[in-house]
Amino acid sequence: MPMAAADIIRLIKDGIPGAEVEIEDLAGDGDHYAATVISPAFAGKSKIQQHQMVYGALGGRMGGVLHALKLTTMAQRP
Amino acid sequence: MSEPEVFGRIREAIGKNDVLLFMKGTPVFPQCGFSAAVVDVLSQLGVRFNSVNILVDDEVRQGIKEFSQWPTIPQLYVKGEFVGGCDIIREMFETGELEQLLKEKGVVPAHAA
Repeated sequence: MPMAAADIIRLIKDGIPGAEVEIEDLAGDGDHYAATVISPAFAGKSKIQQHQMVYGALGGRMGGVLHALKLTTMAQRP
Repeated sequence: MSEPEVFGRIREAIGKNDVLLFMKGTPVFPQCGFSAAVVDVLSQLGVRFNSVNILVDDEVRQGIKEFSQWPTIPQLYVKGEFVGGCDIIREMFETGELEQLLKEKGVVPAHAA
C-alpha cells in the first residue's frame, strides 16, 4: 500500500523536532522514495543511529507499508 | 524476559562469518535491487563474504529485524558488528569508509592478498 510523501514528511518532523526533510517520489508510484533528513539531533551519532532515528519516527512503517525509502541523513547542510 | 530463540542462530551465523550479508535471494540471483546493490559493492571491493537468504527462512526474516533494530533487508555484518543497510553501505563505499573499515577489521580484499 503506497504512502503519501506528505505523511512521511510529517511523521519524520514529528519524531525528530527541527528536522528538515526533502523527499522525492522516485518512481511516481507513492512507493519508492528518496529522503534527505537534516537535523542537529544527528550530531555525534553514527549513520546507523541516524537512520534508526528516522525509522523510529516512521513508527514501524518502514519495511511494511513503506517499501522503499532511500535515506540520506546529515546533521547540517554540507 | 528471554530473547527470541532465533537470536541464537543469528548470533552463531554472524560469529562464524567475518563478512555476512543478510539478503533477499543469493549473490548470484539477488531478488531485490537493494540486496543486489550491496552484493555489487562487496564484489567491487573483492571481499569474500557469506550470505543468508532470508526469503527461505521466515524466522530469520523477522528475527534479524529485531536483532539489529533495523527494519529492512539487506543488512551487512562485519566481524560480528552491524555495519548498515543498502544506503549506508553504498555511501560508505563511495567515500572509501567501507574499504577502510574492512582493512581495520582485518578483512583483506581477496585481490590484495
